[in-house]
Amino acid sequence: MSIAATEERGSWGGRQHTAIPGFPLTLGITLCYLTAIILLPLAALFLKSTGLGFGGFARTLLDPRTIAAFRVSFGIALAAALINAVFGLLVAWVLERYRFPGRRLIDGLVDLPFALPTAVAGISLATLYSDNGWIGGLLAPFGIDIAYTPNGILVALVFIGLPFVVRTVQPIIADLEHEAEEAARTLGATRLQIFARIVLPALLPAVLTGMALAFARGVGEYGSVIFIAGNMPGLSEIVPLLIVIKLEQFDYAGASAIGVAMLLLSFLILLAINFTQVWMRRRYGA
Amino acid sequence: MAPEHHPGTGAGRIVLILLAGLFLVAFLLVPLAVVFSEAFAKGGAAYLDALGQPDARAAIGLTLLVAAIAVPLNTVFGLVAAWCIAKFEFPGKSLLTTVIDLPFSVSPVISGMVYVLMFGLQGYFGPFLAAHGIKIVFALPGLILATVFVTFPFVARQLIPLMQQQGTGEEEAAIVLGASGWQVFRRVTLPNIRWGLLYGVLLCNARAMGEFGAVSVVSGHIRGLTDTMPLYIEALYNGYDAVGAFTVASLLAMLALVTLVLKAFLEMNYRDDLTLAAAQVSRH
Amino acid sequence: MTSLRFRAVALALALLLGVPALAAAAELSLLNVSYDPTRELYADYNKIFAAHWKAKTGDTVTIKASHGGSGSQARAVIDGLEADVVTLALAYDIDAIASKSALIAPDWQKRLPDNATPYTSTIVFLVRKGNPKQIKDWNDLIRSDVKVITPNPKTSGGARWNYLAAWGYALRQNGADQAKAQEFVAKLYANVPVLDSGARGATLTFVQRRQGDVLLAWENEAFLSIDEFGKDKVEIVVPSVSILAEPPVAVVDKTVDRRGTRGVAEEYLKYLYSPEGQETVARHYFRPRSSEVAAKYTERFPQLPLFTIDEVFGGWTKAQQVHFSDGGVFDQIYKPGK
Repeated sequence: MSIAATEERGSWGGRQHTAIPGFPLTLGITLCYLTAIILLPLAALFLKSTGLGFGGFARTLLDPRTIAAFRVSFGIALAAALINAVFGLLVAWVLERYRFPGRRLIDGLVDLPFALPTAVAGISLATLYSDNGWIGGLLAPFGIDIAYTPNGILVALVFIGLPFVVRTVQPIIADLEHEAEEAARTLGATRLQIFARIVLPALLPAVLTGMALAFARGVGEYGSVIFIAGNMPGLSEIVPLLIVIKLEQFDYAGASAIGVAMLLLSFLILLAINFTQVWMRRRYGA
Repeated sequence: MAPEHHPGTGAGRIVLILLAGLFLVAFLLVPLAVVFSEAFAKGGAAYLDALGQPDARAAIGLTLLVAAIAVPLNTVFGLVAAWCIAKFEFPGKSLLTTVIDLPFSVSPVISGMVYVLMFGLQGYFGPFLAAHGIKIVFALPGLILATVFVTFPFVARQLIPLMQQQGTGEEEAAIVLGASGWQVFRRVTLPNIRWGLLYGVLLCNARAMGEFGAVSVVSGHIRGLTDTMPLYIEALYNGYDAVGAFTVASLLAMLALVTLVLKAFLEMNYRDDLTLAAAQVSRH
Repeated sequence: MTSLRFRAVALALALLLGVPALAAAAELSLLNVSYDPTRELYADYNKIFAAHWKAKTGDTVTIKASHGGSGSQARAVIDGLEADVVTLALAYDIDAIASKSALIAPDWQKRLPDNATPYTSTIVFLVRKGNPKQIKDWNDLIRSDVKVITPNPKTSGGARWNYLAAWGYALRQNGADQAKAQEFVAKLYANVPVLDSGARGATLTFVQRRQGDVLLAWENEAFLSIDEFGKDKVEIVVPSVSILAEPPVAVVDKTVDRRGTRGVAEEYLKYLYSPEGQETVARHYFRPRSSEVAAKYTERFPQLPLFTIDEVFGGWTKAQQVHFSDGGVFDQIYKPGK
């Protein structure tokens, strides 16, 4: 997949010897651009958070309101990723394995949450799931409230995260060998057995990857959530909103501290999931 | 691609299709329908009236302007970064790739905040900028910077695997035949990657026009001046003007639909030229 | 063939990106940085003023507005938001701009009549239809079964008026005992589940998101929510006593002098005091200063005893320092996220 490396080390920096020009130029521009646009600003974030000192940093993060916001953001993002694992797998399976009218259309529509601006999704979901909305109105008589409760956050994050699972799992289903399934069938396995023993293990790494991506996106999501969440501290206040509130109070250091913690946490979780994935791949040899 | 291999019994198959269909209708189609239904809740005249508002026009113009600057910037730098990473081997390459991916895992709110920390009057460069009369935060440059940050990876991430897969053989041959670096890029590389490039630009543009969290932090929320379309939607929605909010939202929803159609078109016709497209898409 | 297709797709993309319309017509413009519940008032007044300016001078003026919590807005101006005029919720926020950035001359409040406040308002309660919790006065707000919605005093001006109105009521009930007043306000804020950053956010939380039993609101914001959401959703309760809220206005000297907009900016604020301006103000449920205009709207505005911040708290500078500074009384009594 990668370049057929000749492993011939160049005179400096160990770069591959090649006739193609432009290495110093492109590397220089890339580094400058990345530094100016991404690295320097993120460094400013870390620097600002150090202004609090260790005590202030810890106090900001151990504040019950901050802890609650982290619990809401990470907890609901995880729940949404789990729901998307089930339904995303179902959708991917149906799209890859069955032919039915409208399949192409649905296939294209799966990417809608990527393309639809989050603010549009936010006001639309809030309208839809409020007590007098199309879906909220159906649920209200049963005492189920979605909009302006933690359920609303869940709905928004399921919407945002769906394509991640579907698009990660779909190509794996397409590549799945049918022989094993056929063999199992001729040996008399039920379809549930085939799914649990043969199909699921093969798809699990992809499902986990999709979940991880959906989770990472869900944790940071702001636009679609603030319109539909109740934004109640301790109950339905997400971490990005808490950051904005701190900014509006001009508590820049506090906002930076929470931002730094959030960056590190999502990074750690992604790392952990990557490890699990490598382990799974080794175990199931997918 | 996968042939209809084992359709299963009719019943199980239909149940699965219905279940998936129901889920997609409830979670994707209905929210989309609500946008248009609410936009036209008071009829076509109210819709046109909402679009005719000077502030609405200004928001549309601003969104187009921000995208028209941020997208080409990221296209050029995406090309440069992809060239550097795909055509050469050097130490720290995987680290560089990770840094390019970084904006995908940063909350949009943080993406905007970092620029306030740098360029706000209380920020690290604030006093210097103020002394020279340069405005970044609460003005157009801040909006562009935040948008560039958020959309930086789209073009680069699309091109890197594509250019890696194509290798360096054709370019080296052209060099041997005496072509200059620029000629190689124009005549050899660009034609090979153009569909992938277009694909990346398409997704980059969709995100640039729709970005909310990052620009919200740096905007200052001046109607008709620093409110982009998504921010203007929020302002209208908070001002009890649901029809106005959904009217502007319907424009962005149409943009999303056009994006999806173009994307599907590219995937259908140039799948091989996009390589790994499916795997890359899942990275947003 | 492919090349043709490529061009077609590229063209479609180019159209998507669009060519930004260049709005280059040179005309006067003003930026009014205001607080939350004045959106509707200034949307209306800006049109009226533009017509007045056109008739007077022949020039076209377009006025942009920015709204948010009064404290956040003041800090945004200090942080570089380029306002020609500020119309904020309370004098301290304009004082803060004057002292922290020197953008406004310190004597700004003497340059216009009535302490530079062309309209006043007060704080009332908004409850759900039929007043199910039977909330009549301030002392009902500390009942354990009542949830109170009010914005964040750190960012919102209305929220500071709410807080001081409650404090003033408690002082009256307890013979001016500050400790008892603090206890009362602490109990009240123990009933507050969420602090939005501005008055409008709090209104949406209460009316649209249906959180809480009572909203402490600007009188004008309370009237407006009835207009917007209907009499069958919410109703106004007028407490036995409240505070006279004075939202002031000022020209941002440094900005107007640099941009050459002083003339139009000063007229923009002065015209608020004219009969047309006062009519507009009253139409949007702010209490007009002009007695003639006020006489026409006596039915609209309930009569209740109103105390001023100078009488009870010795002015804004002192109130701000004691109650809302970092580590002040508010920070001591509010424990969020229970």
